[in-house]
Amino acid sequence: MHDIILKTEDVGVIYDGSIVALENVSLNVPTGRLTAILGPSGCGKTTLLKVIAGLIEPSTGTVKIRDKETIGPGPDRALVFQDFALLPWATVLQNVAFGLRAQGVSKREREKTSLHYIKEVGLSGFEDKYPHQLSGGMRQRTGLARALTVNSEILLMDEPFSAVDEQMRRKLQEDLLKLLKIENKTVIFVTHSIEEAVYLADQVVILSGRPGSISEIVYPEINRLGEIDLIRRQPRYIELVDEIWSSLKSYVE
Amino acid sequence: MLNSDMAKSKSSNRKFSFKRLMRTSPFWSLIFWAGIWEFIGQMGWMTLLPPLSGIWFAFAELLEQSAFWDAFAMTARTFGIGLGLSILVGIPVGVLMGISTRTDKILSIWVNLFLSAPITAVIPALMPIFGIADATVIATVILFSIWVVIIDTQAGITHVKDSLVEMGRNFGCSRWKIIIWIIIPAAMPEIITGVRLSVVRAVKGVIVGQIVIALIGFGGLFNTYLSYFLMERFWALIIVVFVMSFTIIGLVELLERRIAFYARAR
Repeated sequence: MHDIILKTEDVGVIYDGSIVALENVSLNVPTGRLTAILGPSGCGKTTLLKVIAGLIEPSTGTVKIRDKETIGPGPDRALVFQDFALLPWATVLQNVAFGLRAQGVSKREREKTSLHYIKEVGLSGFEDKYPHQLSGGMRQRTGLARALTVNSEILLMDEPFSAVDEQMRRKLQEDLLKLLKIENKTVIFVTHSIEEAVYLADQVVILSGRPGSISEIVYPEINRLGEIDLIRRQPRYIELVDEIWSSLKSYVE
Repeated sequence: MLNSDMAKSKSSNRKFSFKRLMRTSPFWSLIFWAGIWEFIGQMGWMTLLPPLSGIWFAFAELLEQSAFWDAFAMTARTFGIGLGLSILVGIPVGVLMGISTRTDKILSIWVNLFLSAPITAVIPALMPIFGIADATVIATVILFSIWVVIIDTQAGITHVKDSLVEMGRNFGCSRWKIIIWIIIPAAMPEIITGVRLSVVRAVKGVIVGQIVIALIGFGGLFNTYLSYFLMERFWALIIVVFVMSFTIIGLVELLERRIAFYARAR
């Protein structure tokens, strides 16, 4: 079994003193794997991710990285945002280099690193474009490149492909899998799409709604070694999507 | 059939249309009204309204007067200092109100009160405090122009997307860096709008201030010309003031359009 890189222990979040967003979430995230957090909207999955990112302080419980408690954001975790969170006045290159700039890396060095990742996410030739000149898919590639440049071990993705159209989403999902074969990252991925979770993840954490707590953890164990296109045709894939849907159905109603 | 229709519409296009001329060129509209002014002036119906051509000569005389240039210099000086202070103080105050709810609670009622208050009424009260000199006019300019900078900056700051701030925190930016690198640039379109509106208000402030004091600058000149019935000069001065305001506001709008890509980009 893989090492556990990140752990949440009994994490709970209470807003405004009375609204319970999360309750008793204890979760192990294995190193180098992709963990998907899946659940109906409003179940607190983004809240859980932000707790892990250190952007929201949990009301109870702790987040541990390699068995050490962490408080606040840190260079070991980089976030990819649902709405991309790109600076509209900055070019692709400047946006991608932002994380390194915040860390005080020299201009020459951060541009060199950024250009490498811009190429890796397939944005070569768009370095000097502004976000409003890019499609949704390209904007998210920029967001992904920005998260990769800081070279953190853990990549946190908050519904990263929900704001792009279906075709682009599939392309981005495929590209993410390809990229993760090169980059050795631990990924925690929030999604409301069962297909996306089963397609991408090694571990699917299903949250029940209000207050959010873990209802089930599923290990897809899908063979991703072969052709990426074939994953969706595997009987195991289809079976799992059905299975998860039947267990989630009750929370949706 | 079609051909004859086209021919018809062509001929009607060629026909002189007064309305269209007024619509197409503001220049012709100006000429038209100048003509009416000249006519009324020449008829001598109103002593207060001399013919426009006479004002043209008065305009040349005006430019030779050292009193005019003194007033002009004073206006430029008080306008510049007042507007500069409004922007330099207004933006930081707006930023502070935008990022701190407590500051916002303390200041917002006052800012909103002064934004809509008739500031002109306060000028007589300023005179004993600041004296009949530059300082009173500068204070008037500030009172006219600072509130809109504060309000617009504050609105811009509060509307910055949460995700941008979270992004900054995620990549380890300090609070300062988040404000300077993310929040202020993101609020720039609103800040620029605030500055433009404050320029308009400062132009009003600098003129109104001088006129209410009525002893210094253009206000003093207006007062002198009116009391000696130098109507040509009076009108020439009014035209100068109008053209000046129009030019300044036009320049600022030009500047704003150059920065407008920010707004489009969001």
